[in-house]
Amino acid sequence: MAKKYPVQVKVNGKMKSAEVEPRLLLVHLLRDEFDLTGTHIGCDTSQCGACTVMLDGMAVKSCTILAIQADGAEITTVEGLGSREELHPIQQGFWEKHGLQCGFCTPGVMMAVNGLLQENINPSEAEIREALDGVICRCTGYQFIVKAVQHAAELIREQQSQPVSLENVTTRGDVS
Amino acid sequence: MTQVIGKPIKRKEDPKLITGHGQFTDDIKLPGMLFATMKRSRYAHAKIKRIHTAEALKLPGVMAVYTGKDVQDKIKPIRSIWLVPGCNLIPKDRIPLAVDKVNYAGEAVAMVVAESRYIAYDALELIDVEYEELPVVVDQEAALAEAAPVIYDDVPKNIAFTWKAGDVPEEVFINAEVVVKQRLVEQRVIANPMETRGAVASYNPGSGDLTIWCTTQNPHIHRITYADALGIPETKLRIIAPDMGGGFGAKIAVYTEEALVGLAAMQLKQPVKWVEGRQEHFLATSHARDQVITTELAGTKDGKILAIRAKNIANLGAYLSTMGAGVPTIDFGLMVTGAYDIPYAQAETIGVYTNTTPTDAYRGAGKPEASFQIERMINIFADKIGMDPVEVRKKNLVAKVPYTNAMGCNYDSGDYHGTLAKALEAIDYVGLKKEQEEARKNGRLLGIGISTYVELCGLGPSKVAGAIGFGGGLWENSSIRVHPSGKVTIFTGASPHGQGEGTTFAQVVADKFGIPLEDIEFVSGDTLIISMGWGTYGSRTTPVAGGALSIAADRIVEKAKIIAAHELGVPLEDVEFAKGIFSIKEQPDQQRTFKEIAWSANNAWNLPDGMEPALEGQSFFDPPDFVYPFGAHICVVEVDPDTGMVELKRYVCVDDVGRIINPMIAEGQVHGGLAQGIGQALWEQSVYSDKGQLLSGTFMDYAMPKARFFPMIESSFIESPSPVNPLGAKGIGETGTTAAPSVIVNAVIDALAPYGVKDLPMPLTPEKVWKAIHERSDGQ
Amino acid sequence: MIPTSFDYVRAASVPEAIQLLKNFNGEGKLIAGGHSLVPLMKFRITTPGTLIDISQIQELKGVSKEGGRLVIGALTTYAEALGDPLVAAHLPVLAEAIQKIADLQVRNKGTIGGNIAHADPAADLPALALALDAVVHITGEDGEERVPIQDFLFGPFMTALPETSIVTAVSFAIPPTEGKSTYLKYFHPASGYAVVGVAAVARKTADGVINHIRVGITGAGDCAFRAENVEKYLLGKTATLENISKAAQLAADEVDMGEDLFASSDYRRHLCEVYTERALRKVLL
Repeated sequence: MAKKYPVQVKVNGKMKSAEVEPRLLLVHLLRDEFDLTGTHIGCDTSQCGACTVMLDGMAVKSCTILAIQADGAEITTVEGLGSREELHPIQQGFWEKHGLQCGFCTPGVMMAVNGLLQENINPSEAEIREALDGVICRCTGYQFIVKAVQHAAELIREQQSQPVSLENVTTRGDVS
Repeated sequence: MTQVIGKPIKRKEDPKLITGHGQFTDDIKLPGMLFATMKRSRYAHAKIKRIHTAEALKLPGVMAVYTGKDVQDKIKPIRSIWLVPGCNLIPKDRIPLAVDKVNYAGEAVAMVVAESRYIAYDALELIDVEYEELPVVVDQEAALAEAAPVIYDDVPKNIAFTWKAGDVPEEVFINAEVVVKQRLVEQRVIANPMETRGAVASYNPGSGDLTIWCTTQNPHIHRITYADALGIPETKLRIIAPDMGGGFGAKIAVYTEEALVGLAAMQLKQPVKWVEGRQEHFLATSHARDQVITTELAGTKDGKILAIRAKNIANLGAYLSTMGAGVPTIDFGLMVTGAYDIPYAQAETIGVYTNTTPTDAYRGAGKPEASFQIERMINIFADKIGMDPVEVRKKNLVAKVPYTNAMGCNYDSGDYHGTLAKALEAIDYVGLKKEQEEARKNGRLLGIGISTYVELCGLGPSKVAGAIGFGGGLWENSSIRVHPSGKVTIFTGASPHGQGEGTTFAQVVADKFGIPLEDIEFVSGDTLIISMGWGTYGSRTTPVAGGALSIAADRIVEKAKIIAAHELGVPLEDVEFAKGIFSIKEQPDQQRTFKEIAWSANNAWNLPDGMEPALEGQSFFDPPDFVYPFGAHICVVEVDPDTGMVELKRYVCVDDVGRIINPMIAEGQVHGGLAQGIGQALWEQSVYSDKGQLLSGTFMDYAMPKARFFPMIESSFIESPSPVNPLGAKGIGETGTTAAPSVIVNAVIDALAPYGVKDLPMPLTPEKVWKAIHERSDGQ
Repeated sequence: MIPTSFDYVRAASVPEAIQLLKNFNGEGKLIAGGHSLVPLMKFRITTPGTLIDISQIQELKGVSKEGGRLVIGALTTYAEALGDPLVAAHLPVLAEAIQKIADLQVRNKGTIGGNIAHADPAADLPALALALDAVVHITGEDGEERVPIQDFLFGPFMTALPETSIVTAVSFAIPPTEGKSTYLKYFHPASGYAVVGVAAVARKTADGVINHIRVGITGAGDCAFRAENVEKYLLGKTATLENISKAAQLAADEVDMGEDLFASSDYRRHLCEVYTERALRKVLL
């Protein structure tokens, strides 16, 4: 049994710690140790993006990162994006525009979209499709994902043009 | 209450899925749970001489290692459920772990059970298997050759069956003005749902109850099969399909690993989980299509088709999978005439065993193959007689329904010509032809492709199931429970996994009862909770389970109405029911709400004499016939002559899928099917080396369609309710995979017409297209 | 898939990383963003005894301008380089290329130094590095060394990097302001890697004579290469369609082409020509 090392991360605003083998993948830390099973695993070659989470504000594939390398980081998973009562605009977009069917790839897709919308609040259809390069969805044919992203971007733009709600929701995915 | 059927209602399933609170198989965590991994053969065909497990067993954390010898008297082989009659079928069942011989690369030879996922993977490396390699055959045509390696001694020439349907008198072909013949290849593809397969088994040693959560489209079929394989009563086995990350046919098949973890849980008395990695999925979950179809078409010079005969050589893989025999025979053969009025038809299929992963259903299952060959043949015929392929279609499309095709299938409803006309108009076919002409003058390779497909769905009448050797019924069960509060739970034997019936079924019930959608819950996929059902596949859930739902709802309304009449003190015929209110005709102020009656029925204080309490309805609906969705799809592609790359510029589809309950969900189904159909036409293929190694075994090699590959699909519907089920639904999930491959291939071949290219096999990868151009250009 | 067990140690500085590499005597492997290494470890193709994590070494991050070159710290991620104002001002072609690397998530984690040190024959960056006369900054036991990219890359996943040295930065020549540059890529539909990627940098005199030309090609062979025959053919000539077309024919004439399921060597050679011609048209016309 390999030596274990302590890892401490802030996940969805809460401090969490675990003793991990250096080989433990971040996705397994989240799923198996912290029971945050919203983040999924769809492949083993870093292609499908079902495991995408925000790591220190950036969308990354948690299946390709060692948990130990995330020590000290802030992580947002789909569970921290928004709640049933207070959906994040991206979640609203996916719901209203039917951007999901089986819902397995969806958490990762939404986190990748979060990465896009952080950088570009008004993406073109081509930019959205390119930003989805790092995810695979087998159900939707992507069309309604594109519509969902367009709708989410619109909701975010609306919120940002209204200073009142700007305090509540940021495109970073942290709901305060 | 306003009507909700026909409205684009947001899905009830979504809140939990978009907040990360779905529960998929790998999300299940039980106290004391162990993890299983499978040691898989690296050879495609080899004798197993010895398996050394001692080192693996020594690894701390390893609880058990099982080999084929350990389990062969504890788990029976997994039977195929579709034993097609009249074709001398020799079924070869999957065995849980290979004992003497492995027959494809990736076949499981041992199972490790360990305390953690990581240890279980480590232990696999410590198992040493001694093999003696045997000659390998991967291609079905090669497997039929005299000198080909034989996989099973009792299966001469590797032929599992020889099937035939229909008959075309030889004179029809001899006397025909025009005969065209083409060999068409449906390449091997993989459904690849984003969630791989997995199972969690939990055993109660006190009661003897075994529960298996697993990725299945048909939990009850899994229960029948695994109870039999494990030798336990059906009543002691509970199969649960939790949330599922897609299936597309790959999760219909009944595999072996789920039974293995069941056995391990029973023996170790601890829960055991097994979840495939993606690479493992590529090897261990069924592949699909892989059929070589040679079709001959006889016609007249002016474009009338007289006969069609298709010969299909189907690669079954190393074992006969659950529906492995039915897909390339019944599912394919009955539909070889497509949407055309063709007097004579014949279909023959040879099923062949090879050293490859077994093949089974994939979205459409046989119908895409049938559609592909007829739609390609129409274009080849059109080219031969110098007629526009649209004109040939107009001359031969079914003119009037109901129509019985040459194989005896009864096309149920709709206007085939009208649908084509709508698609032609939507894409401006006349304008498009002009644009193409202009483009060609400038050296641009613009192509137009079309398909006027039809498919057989809504499986199906159980009498037919029996006649065609299907090992079960094809009716479906839905029940509705009205709780004392007036809230409602729907239970169904179908097992949807992403298609959205949790919403569409609620829409049906909301309209029937006049209650809000929020009052309705949906349960499926649990053999303990649901009475018998046959599952979700073949676009059967809405037509068949939805039919049962509709009938069950009517039964509840009927009973509720009697209670209302009783309470209102009027004869039954004086009571009307609309929008959730029972009222007396001409005295609309005298009324009872659905909610009030729900309470009355459940408290039973004042029911009519002889009436049983409670308010539940159930129906076991066995449809009188299949349903036949159809449509017209047209696309525009442009080929880059320098690279052979195909750009899909437009895709227009008009589909008649019967009555539509939720147009947003329906359109989503169309998009998803199209992405897979277009994927098969352009990128996807599963490739083996001559030694039987899967060369396209990861997402690095197997091209799953990505967002940037597609333009916006232009989809619309025509609704002609089917007469064979109460909802008038025809099913929608498989339209895209059935139509798109021929649409795309027809378009690319059309684009290449200036080079005289007549056909290219799928997938139309850039190199293949470039070579076709390049070779023709050199020759000119 | 799960990596084999290994031990893990964090290096706080470049000298410490070098000392650790020495101590582990070939069993230690550097990890930064991990996006080249971890996938190989998951398939157990690479099974290091110890990972030496250099991702925290701050001095290896960031972009600076030194004379006519941009020096990019080895640990600078693609995304950081993409958002860097110096890159935007002086090396827009690097930004153009980075946008074609892998996907949004990978660009947030993968590093410039990791890419170069990994020497994947289908990676995008090597083509551009060749076209921009890149120099790899290496620090080892004996101090710092600067190796031209052409001498650094010498085979699939093979470089001139000594076992106990680390790549600290990669510098790129800033192309002449009056010139043009581009990176064109033919994406593998599954992996997203380059089936063929062509980077071209060129400048013409006022009367249209080509006086600077570099063409780097990746994906096609087992190592990225400079299409020197193309360069030789064009240098001193005027930028006509005919000259471009003739030059492009020479793109892969002396290089062995790779072959895989998706593209044969014949097709790859052809693609080298087509993409070289397209890149040349972009930078010369």
